This record gives sequence, structure tokens and C-alpha cells, in this order.
Amino acid sequence: MSIVNILIQSTLVALYLFLAICIGLLFMGIARKVTARIQNRVGPPIYQNFIDVGKLLAKKTNIKHNWIFDFAPLFALAGVLLALAYLPMGGYKMLSGTGDLILLLYIIAIPALGFALGSGASANPNAGVGVMRALTLMLSYEMPFLLVLLALMIFYNTASLSTLLEKQMSFAWGIVALPISALAADIALQGMMMEKPFDIPIAPHEIASGPLVEFGGKYLGMLMLYSAGSVVLETTLFVDLFLGGGVVLNPATYGVVAYVVNYLVWFALIFVVWMIAVFINAVFPRFRIEQAFKFYWKWPTVIAAIGLAQAYIMSVFLGVIP
Amino acid sequence: MTDNPNPLPSIIPEKDWKKIQRMLSKRSLWMIHFCTGCGAMEMPPTMTSRYDMERFGIIPMATPRQADLLLVTGYVAVKTLKRIVRVYEQMQDPKYVISFGSCPINGGLYWDSYNTIKRLDKYIPVDLYIAGCMPRPEAIMDAFLKLMKDIDEGRADGWLRYRKYYDKYRANQMRVFKRWDE
Ligand code: SF4
Repeated sequence: MSIVNILIQSTLVALYLFLAICIGLLFMGIARKVTARIQNRVGPPIYQNFIDVGKLLAKKTNIKHNWIFDFAPLFALAGVLLALAYLPMGGYKMLSGTGDLILLLYIIAIPALGFALGSGASANPNAGVGVMRALTLMLSYEMPFLLVLLALMIFYNTASLSTLLEKQMSFAWGIVALPISALAADIALQGMMMEKPFDIPIAPHEIASGPLVEFGGKYLGMLMLYSAGSVVLETTLFVDLFLGGGVVLNPATYGVVAYVVNYLVWFALIFVVWMIAVFINAVFPRFRIEQAFKFYWKWPTVIAAIGLAQAYIMSVFLGVIP
Repeated sequence: MTDNPNPLPSIIPEKDWKKIQRMLSKRSLWMIHFCTGCGAMEMPPTMTSRYDMERFGIIPMATPRQADLLLVTGYVAVKTLKRIVRVYEQMQDPKYVISFGSCPINGGLYWDSYNTIKRLDKYIPVDLYIAGCMPRPEAIMDAFLKLMKDIDEGRADGWLRYRKYYDKYRANQMRVFKRWDE
């Protein structure tokens, strides 16, 4: 590969990641507006989160703990960017490999762990409680989520994201073929995004925003970019697994037009997934951590197990092979 | 007196950088309300759907590290003052202070009390006072808009004053506290 090619490639990657972060910030702003309208308020303008990030990054920051604390926001942001690079957004994928569905599971944990590391290093008891809750929550939603992934892998007979997207395009979207698993995955997604019934780790009224408690100024700005990235990451994960990743036209036959159309469809789909989460978020109170744990290991796990059985019966006994 | 450094001095002129910074911090004031005295009662209507301060980008934050705006809502006892100073010093520059009601202005109802301070401005710089006992949510919204205008015009410079006259503020504080660690 020549230097020019590499340059073009890296510019494209940077543009994609930058766009993803911008979309995340926009989505957070839209969520604030929608929540305000549900609560019969006017709400901030939808570009409010861009102003917030700008303000935080322009602030003077004089918080001193130790180097792990300084390092954590970078770690979280870099982790989320890496995970985004592995995830096909609108069919375009920057890094790939075989079996990347399993790899992705590991990469998604990196930003959260970096974040936990930093808040632990601040030695604030609230942060400690928040981190513990976050890890318990992770343990609880990963159970149904892994069952869902297993169902997908059995049904589509692949552990590669690009193959999964191709098969969904040529056969049927995951949500049509495996609706029960999709339901379980959406419930797990609510916990993954830490939206309202499951916003236990960052409960501002109980533990003063938990892991975020010592972060301020530029650190908080970086963490806001991280959470914008993870909004896109988590919604895209659902869209890639169950809604075909927004791929409607095959890039091999339609060329550049296909990329543009796919990107727009992907955008619409993650918007729908995000809106479902926001609506649920706007009307629910918060679970306690042990309630969340019990809930996740009971209902979504049962639903996901039924979905797994359905996938197994369909592919092994009925011979439906996409 | 140091200011927040310009990230791209060669591209953005220093004056424009200050302006950008003021414009951003004006539209996104994150506040922490220190609920002393009676004033906290007026905050819920200001936050919720009746007056809705989120439309100006003002939201309550949980910790002083994340906040830009400190609200002192009512009379300040000597014990409370120490916590207020601690909270104020933990906030990141630029930071602003609004004080509520007549008690932090001149003692108000508690003018002859043995354990409240009379003037908050002697201990931390206050950018804006809201008079009244208690100020209604309309007055609070008005104060927020006035503060936003002040920030825009560069007149809300309490945090610079606190740095410049730190010794004097600290001397005033120590006159009340006697000891810092009790
Ligand atoms: S000004 Fe009035 S309402 Fe406010 S703290 Fe003083 S006595 Fe209470």
C-alpha cells in the first residue's frame, strides 16, 4: 500500500470517529430536549451538549490526585474510539478480523474499566461505591447479553461481524428471525447504556454522581466525549446485531451511493434505538442494585434462553440456514 | 493573575479566546446549590416545569468539582461558612457565586445572632445578590439572566478577585474560624 493510500485511509478513519462523537453529543442533546418535553418543560436547545463540552475543555483545571487519575479520561476515550473502529457503522468498518464479535466483547469493557481505574484512584468513597455498582451491573446485564450473542452465532453460523451483516442483508434482519433474542438484547442494552431504571452507578442524588465525583473541568470534558462515543457504540451494537447494521444496498454493486445510503439508514436506526431508551429513561424511577441484579438474572435471562432455544431449533431441526 | 491559557495562540487572538470562553461559560452554567437557610425551598419550582431553568443550560450538578455556579441560599452560620469556603475552593475556574435573600447581604433577620455572619462578601467574592426574604423563582430567573449578561460583558470576575486578594479573604475567614480543622 502506498503512502497516499494510507493517508486517505487514516483521514477517513478520523472523519468517521469524529462524526461518531458528534452524533453522540447531538443524541445526548436530543435526549435532554425529549425528556424535557415529556416532563412538560421547554428544555435546552439540542446543541447544548456541544456548548457544555466546549466550556468544560476551556476551563482551568487544578485537580491533583495521581497519574492514574490523569490518565483515566484518556484511557476511557481511547478505548471507546478503538471499540468504535471495530464496529461497522453504516456498513463501513475500519478494523476487522475473524471472530471479531468475541473480540468486541472484550474491547467494550476497556473504556469502562479505564474509567473505573481513574475514579478508584481518586480515593473518594462515593466513587468507590459507584465503581462497585457499575461492575455489579455489568455482571448482571452480561448474562442475558451473552446468551443473545450465542443465539445469533448459532443461527447465522458466524462470529464475524462483516459476515453477520452480509447474511442479514441477504436473508433477513436478526429482529425478524430472532425476535425473542432481540427483546432480551434491548433490555440488556438499557443497562449497558445506564439509562433510567439502571442508572444505579451514576445516581446523582444518592452517591453524588458516583465515579464522576472527583472529575471536573477538562477531565469531565473528556469523559463527556467518552460518554457521547459510548452512546453511539451501544446503539450501533444493537443495530449491527439485529437491524442489519443499516446496510440496505450492497457496496459491491452500487459503489459510493451505497455507502451514503447505508450511513443514512444506520443513522435513522440508531436514532430509533436511542429514542426507545430515552423514552423508558424519562418515565422510570431507579432500581436498587440488588433489584437490578435479580431482575437481569431472572426475566431477560429467561427470555434470552428461550431465544437461544428458538435459534437452535430453527437452525438444527428446521434447517433454516441463512 | 493567571488566566485560562489559549490553546492555539497563533490562530486565535487572545481577545477572541476570552470572548469564546465567556460565551461558552455563559450558556452552560452548571450549578451547585448549597442549601443553607430557607432558600432551598425556591429551587425546585425554578428547576421543574413551571420555570424550567434548563432552557438556559443551567442544570444542578452533584459535586463542586463539576460546577461553575455556587448558590448560597440563605443565612450563613459560622459552621456552614467553613463548608462554603471549602466548596468554593474546590470549584474549577471560572466560577461564579450568587447569594440569595437578605441574610447574606447584611444579616437580615439574623442581624444580631451570635453565630451567623453578616456579609458573605467579606469571605468569598459574590457576583450577584438577590434581595428579598425569600426571593421568588421569578427573581431567581432574573438573576440568572443578569449573571449571563454580566459574564458576557466580563463583569462577573469574582474568581479573579478571589485570586488577587486571596490573603485578605483568607484573613477575614480566619478571623471567624479561629481554627481550620475543627
Ligand atoms: S433572607 Fe429570609 S428567607 Fe432567606 S435565609 Fe434569611 S430569613 Fe430565611
